[in-house]
Parts: sequence; structure tokens; C-alpha cells
Amino acid sequence: MGQPAKRPKRKNPLLRTRLPTLPPGARSRVALGLTAAAARGRLELQVCLDCGAVQYPPREVCSACLSHRLAWRPQDGRGELIAETTLRSAQELFFRERLPWRVGIVRLDTGVNVIAFVHEKVGVAPCRVRVEAALDRATQAVLVAVPDQGRTAMSDDPKLREMTCDPRSRKILVTDGKSVVGQAVARALSAAGADLIWIGEAEPWKKMPGFEALCALPQAVTIPLDVTDSRSVRELAGEIGGKVDIVVNTADCHRTFTIASRRGVETAQLEMEVNYFGLLRLAQEFAPVLRARAADGAANAIAWVNVLSIFALANYPPHGTYSASKAAALSLSQALRAELRPAGVRVINLFPGPIDDDWDQLELPPKLSPTAVARAVVEALKGSVEDVYPGDVAQDWLARHLENPKALERELGGKAL
Amino acid sequence: MKAAKRAKTKTPASGHRASFGGLVASGDVRLVDLTQTLSPDFPAIVLPPEMGQCRPFRSEEISRYDDRGSGWYWNNVSFGEHTGTHFDAPIHWISGRDRPNNSVDTVPIEHFIAPANVIDCCAEATTDADFLLTVGHVKAFEKRHGRIAAGSWVLMRTDWSKRADAVAYQNLDDTGQHTPGPDADCVRFLVNERDVLGFGTETIGTDAGQAAHFTPPYPCHYYMHGAGKYGLQCLCNLDRLPATGALIVAAPLKILEGSGSPLRVFAIVPAPALRQSSR
Repeated sequence: MGQPAKRPKRKNPLLRTRLPTLPPGARSRVALGLTAAAARGRLELQVCLDCGAVQYPPREVCSACLSHRLAWRPQDGRGELIAETTLRSAQELFFRERLPWRVGIVRLDTGVNVIAFVHEKVGVAPCRVRVEAALDRATQAVLVAVPDQGRTAMSDDPKLREMTCDPRSRKILVTDGKSVVGQAVARALSAAGADLIWIGEAEPWKKMPGFEALCALPQAVTIPLDVTDSRSVRELAGEIGGKVDIVVNTADCHRTFTIASRRGVETAQLEMEVNYFGLLRLAQEFAPVLRARAADGAANAIAWVNVLSIFALANYPPHGTYSASKAAALSLSQALRAELRPAGVRVINLFPGPIDDDWDQLELPPKLSPTAVARAVVEALKGSVEDVYPGDVAQDWLARHLENPKALERELGGKAL
Repeated sequence: MKAAKRAKTKTPASGHRASFGGLVASGDVRLVDLTQTLSPDFPAIVLPPEMGQCRPFRSEEISRYDDRGSGWYWNNVSFGEHTGTHFDAPIHWISGRDRPNNSVDTVPIEHFIAPANVIDCCAEATTDADFLLTVGHVKAFEKRHGRIAAGSWVLMRTDWSKRADAVAYQNLDDTGQHTPGPDADCVRFLVNERDVLGFGTETIGTDAGQAAHFTPPYPCHYYMHGAGKYGLQCLCNLDRLPATGALIVAAPLKILEGSGSPLRVFAIVPAPALRQSSR
């Protein structure tokens, strides 16, 4: 608990800070299906709805029967590593900087051969493996072969660690430590071995239960940060921006009003000030310096996490203005992703369902505990994902949203009446 | 054109103009700034979070000699009417909603300059954050400094403004805020027996921090505004003012139907009466 990993060696200030390089990022539109699944931590391959063939790499039509009726379906990834090699030279700058690199061919039990990066814990071919989908630093899907028995963390392999944003030994800014979620996130990051956690504190005269106890965490430092105040964000970025490896934006203003139940826009403006403009202020001040430090050795800037809400996907009318502010934040996070991607800094969005806090008091269970949200943040960083939908409600809404967004809108709309 | 013509015509300054101008320049009267700086860090009133909130002071740059405007610097500012050192108009409280001229745009301009009575409560407020000013304290003040004149300000000096730390300034615990203020009888006395212009404090409200639990709740707001009187909050430098003899200049922004406004408050003090800062 709470033990920081061994610190990376301090940088030599005489040497130029390296610039980030990315693995090849071009993908066809159909190949992005693999990325879409990997972004949620799933391995999906195309399955032909006519002949049942599974295929890889992704194509426009079925390679067995030429049908265009193809669907992306989850795969368990089990198979056999039938051949492997170790790259010792590469034209791509990204791999050139990281050689040697282990690659293999895996015959999946479904009968397809895939090319995969091979985890160092995998034995010599031939052997049984499990293929996982991961996101590389270009946030494109790649396949990784791991041992088929037990749980192997991608970050146990120093090369593949770059597919993750493991918080161990990282310096992390948690933008709001006063909320129950912010406190839980700080604790979880501490337990996950973060090197240093800056915990933002707005309006210090409002003492929130549990906040002072955070100072007892071995890596925690509380710092003044109010995301509604541009000056405050700017000053903090000036102070610590060049040290932050991971930003976890927990700042959230959740009020529970419909359009009709709150006259005027003042409360909705406050939600937007925190949830949307707060993210914008943070992004303007911290994103440039994260980009600049994206290849700063082992202590580089690596990730940005937004705690959004499942209400960002579809408006939940009882919390109508809050949903709108989270939808705005979701949209802005996509822009942030586009601006951070060239540096290889990953933007991870969390879409929790109702949380067991004061503002979701009247929501029926199941509700996510703040600890569960925090666990999802840490798992997302340890894993290799972009979008996380923690909990049953979020999973249910996501499935309904993907299947028929209009139907979900109608179903949620019914609850407001 | 008219103005230019007038400027060219050399007329001797009237006696009044000469004396006003000379007073400040000669040092016979001194000006004391009673205003806190409007800053994002200055705390605003705390209400339960589900209620409507007073927006704290915020400033967003429009341009700063840059691509957004190459030769100039300016900001857009936003704040609630009751932010920083601010003025409360009678319409602020439900008891004053039907008073004539009850909003900052209609308050008579003659009220913007008025004499001040500064009641020193520092010793009491230092030992008791919940100190309440009573009729007894006011009468004791009058015994020493004379009767409080109708149409004058009563300012409660507590040196609370010296609390530079916002946490100490707010002084909140899990039973709410603990800051000094007047009790209900005292406010009734000042309104009914002395017909004051208004009541001013160094804290965030004219009422005590615990005044939500008084009868009636927030008596200073209730009675003062109900009688068409004003409030001044978050004042500072009251320690530099004499008990009587200072003139207060407090002119709120002319906001349509405004319930109050941040403002620059200053005192005009005869030089011999000016005090050194207490700390």
C-alpha cells in the first residue's frame, strides 16, 4: 500500500529532451473497427454473418465467401504462438528507438493467423498464448500475445509498458480532491504506487470531510486549484506543469435540475464553468507542456484522464443541465485527444453511471461507490484503453446507446415525466 | 463645442471649488480606502450548494498586447452583486422589496456621502468570534462620542479585515460561519430610535455568521432593508477612522434593479483625526 516505485533516475539537463515518435498510425476505415474495440479494452474481429468465418486483418468483404455482411465480434484471443522473431533493425523511428522488438504469429483457435507483439513473459514458440488488443502510443489497435495462464500485466514488459499509462512511479495531478470521488482517486493512485500526487483544493475555507486526511498519504501534496478561475489554473501550470506526467480531472459540479425545476441559467452556468470551461482551462494550460514532455525519458508526460458521466452519452432529463455540461466536456475531450495524440499522450474518458454520493442520492441502486470509480481510473491507466464505462448502469446504457441511440433517448426521456 | 468654449473662458473658480480642491491637496483632509481588492481569491458568501450561488469575482483576459488585440490589455470580469467590498440596497431583502427607490439604480445620490460612526468592537470580536453588538454597546458609544445622528452610517469595527487568510476570514466550521454582527434589538434600536443610513461591517455579511438562527433570521438585513436602510460589507481600514467625524463615500454601480454592487468605498477624514493602522 502506498509505496512509490523506485524513482526513475533524474534527467541530465545538458541533454536535449527527446521529441516523441509514434508507431505508424494510418489505418483504413474498416481497420479502425479493431481500434474502436481496443479503446474499450476488447479484442474484436470481423465475423462473416453468411459463412461464419473469422478474419484478420480487417477487410471490406469476407475472404472466404466474399460476403460484405461482416460484424465485429468479441474474441477470447486464445491460440498458439507458432512462430516468432526479434526485430533488430527498423526504418520506423518509433521502433528504431526501441529495438530489439519481439513479434510473432499466433494461430487463434478460431483458425485465423494474426501478427502480434510478444510479451517477454511468453515462452519460446510454439506455446499457448492469449492475444489481447491494446492501444499503442498512436492510440491505434495492436495485438499483444501474453501467457495464456494467469494474469500478466502488460506493464510487466518494459517495452509494452508504453502501451499502458501505469501510475506507478508517476507524478500525478488530481484536479479536485474535495469530492468523494476525488478523494478516492487520490487514495487509489497512492496505493498504485504513484511517486507524487498533487491534490487540487478550491475554496479552502470550505472544509470537506475526509480532505484533511488525504494529507497523510505518503505521496500527497495539496495545492490551490480552482478550475473556474483562469488565473489559478495558469499559476499552477506555471508552478508544476513541467513535472506532471498524468492529469486526472476529477473536478465536477453536479446539480440535479431539469430545465423546468431551476429558473434561470446561473446553476447551469456553474456546471459549465467547472465541467466544460474547467476542462478547457486545464487543457489550455497543461496540454502544451504535456506535449513537450511526452518523450522525457522514463518520467515522461503520458496521460490525461477525464471523469465524465454516462449522462454525457445521452441526456438524463432529471439531471438535464448537468448531462449537457458533461456532453460538452466529452466533445472537448475529443478535441484534446486530437491535440495530444501526435505526442502520444493518451486521453482516457471515464463514463461512470450514478455514483453513491450526495447528488445521486435519489437514484436507485446499483450505484458506483467512489472507490469503484477510483479503481476504474487506476485500471484504465494500468491497462491500454481510451474509454471506460464502469459499472452495470454504464454498461447497460452503453449497450443501448450503441444499439439504438434514439431508443435510449426516448427511454431516458420517459423518466423525467 | 460648448464645453470647449467654456474652457477657454477664464472664470475665477468659485469659493467652494477652491476649498474642495484645496482640502485634499493641502493635506487638511485625508482619504482612507475602505475597499478590499476584487480578486478571485477573496471569499464569497457560503450557502448550501443546492441553493443559487453568488458568483465569485472572475477575470478573463480579452487581449494582452497580443494576437487577440495587439496594442492593448483588457479583461472581461464577472461577479455577483454581493462580491468583495459591496453595498446592499433595500431590495436585497424581502422586507425591503416594496420600498421606494430600493435598488442601486434608484438609491438617492445624496445618500452616497454620509457621516460615519465607528464603533470599536475589536477587543470583543478577538475573544469571541460570535460576538454580538447590543443596544448597551451602542449607548456606551454614544456616551463617549455623542448621539448617533440620523442619516449617518454605523460601522462595526472588528479588525476582521486583518484576517488575510481566507479560511480565518470565513471562519466556518460544521455549524456554519462564526463572525461578529449586531443582535436583533440593536438593529431595531438603530433603525427606529436613531434612523441611521445603514450598517457596515468588515465581515462578509452585515449580520453575524450565525444570524440564520436568530429571530428573525438575519435581523440586520431584515430590519435595515425593511426600513429602506443600506448595508456595507467587507470593509477594511476602519481602524484608521475616528469614532466620529469621517465622511463615507459609497456610491454603488448604477445597475438596473440591482440589489447591491461591489464598489470603491473611501472615507474623508480631517487630517488630525486620522489614526495609525492598529496592526
